[in-house]
Amino acid sequence: MRDIFIHIALLLGMPPLLLGVINKTKALFAGRKGPPLLQPYYDLFKLTRKHVVISEVTTWVFTAAPVITLTALLIAGILVPQGPFRAPLGFTGDLILFAYLLGLGRFFTTTAALDTGSAFEGMGAAREATFACMSEPALFFALLVLAKMSGSLVLGDLLHAPLVTTGWEAEAAPLVLVAVGLFILLLAENCRIPVDDPNTHLELTMIHEVMVLDHSGPLLGLVLYGAAIKLFVLSSVFLHIVAPFQSGRAGLDWLAFVGEMLGVAVAIGVVESVMARLQMRHVNYLLIAAILFCGFGFVLLVR
Amino acid sequence: MNSLLNAALVLVLALNLFALGTSRILTVIRTVTFQGILLGILPLLVHGHPSLPAVYASAAAILLKGFAIPFMLTRAMRDVHIKREVEPLIGFLPSMILGAVATGFALIFAGELPLADEHMTPLLVPAALSTMFIGFILLTTRAKAILQAMGYLVLENGIFIFGMMLVEAMPLIVELGILLDLFVGIFVICIIVNHVNQAFSSLDTRHLAALKE
Repeated sequence: MRDIFIHIALLLGMPPLLLGVINKTKALFAGRKGPPLLQPYYDLFKLTRKHVVISEVTTWVFTAAPVITLTALLIAGILVPQGPFRAPLGFTGDLILFAYLLGLGRFFTTTAALDTGSAFEGMGAAREATFACMSEPALFFALLVLAKMSGSLVLGDLLHAPLVTTGWEAEAAPLVLVAVGLFILLLAENCRIPVDDPNTHLELTMIHEVMVLDHSGPLLGLVLYGAAIKLFVLSSVFLHIVAPFQSGRAGLDWLAFVGEMLGVAVAIGVVESVMARLQMRHVNYLLIAAILFCGFGFVLLVR
Repeated sequence: MNSLLNAALVLVLALNLFALGTSRILTVIRTVTFQGILLGILPLLVHGHPSLPAVYASAAAILLKGFAIPFMLTRAMRDVHIKREVEPLIGFLPSMILGAVATGFALIFAGELPLADEHMTPLLVPAALSTMFIGFILLTTRAKAILQAMGYLVLENGIFIFGMMLVEAMPLIVELGILLDLFVGIFVICIIVNHVNQAFSSLDTRHLAALKE
């Protein structure tokens, strides 16, 4: 009971902090002082008090999309276990639900972008959909490797496969490949630097940011909060592969989980600082590499 | 032990493909450096209880491939003021696909070989074969002298992985001899790089085909 409570509290409260840590890391690399760690929370609070301006040509889809996206991501967050603890919800086959909850969120973000009728937003939506075609197979290959390893189709058990059934040692080679693939996926899905620059404000080069240009006030707040939650959920999936440790004491495990999450945020910040953005036409090479990594991991496992 | 070894070898394979796909010379140098350091740790992983020769081979390999050679190469890069792009003869994607095909081929081929039982489970043989193939691809498809040196290095890394199977049987002196040869080779290449650059103000080795009296 207490673990479920902490799970939901972290899922709701922690995601903006990850963005703060990423920004702080980038600022330190650039020699700046950077915005305060809690700046994303201030931004979200500021946005909730602003007015909403809604374009006259939009339909209900435009207003509903941020809410649906956020809900889908929150449900996905409930399916994913955090650290060595059990997820609050889980049933056979929920890995498909997980993948398509992410898909549903993406579908409504892109539909809302198309709904505005803006050429830029349509372009962003097209890009998002194109790259999603290649990141989804990678995700499924990664989940397939874990499902094969654990012999279970419940997301909660399957992500614990490196922890319980075999231990990190036994199947290290496929897990290394899956970890590399999932990290690429983490960067691509959350529009981080080699794929998309969250700070850019040039419409021609943006992917995610350009789709939400017309959202304002609380709606924009929901979109930003949803993006932070997606980062949190995918990072906790990634953590199951790279840090499958368990001390046995609940308090210590929760602390370790929070620390590891912040570690992932720092790692993303470092990647963003040392890498340049890829050209748009090279992004699919990166995503194909992610598919190859996860797929090759599967081949190694069944060989 | 085998699983950790496999994990390290899989990382080596991933670095191979990365070296083929990246467009910056410095990144290639760093990738191959990291691969060299990773390979330096291998002798300690191959045999659960590291013997003295294994420790020596490992230390020498890490010192040379992790520090000395990258230092010389980056200095050569800085001295000759060349452009930082790789400019391959065939594109990055085709060379990566070639590399992936070579890796798959190595996996199949190694499965067919009549190996001793203790060499069947780890990925040593396929990793060695595919690293050598990729060294060849780097050597033949890159026009700049520095990248051809990187090709040699990757090729040597492949041979080093093969040597892992014999680390207790092969005398330490042979291992050190190979490393010394490699060091001298890279040293000479760095000097050649300087001369090629002075003569043609570019590092493209295709200019060498047009030498006249």
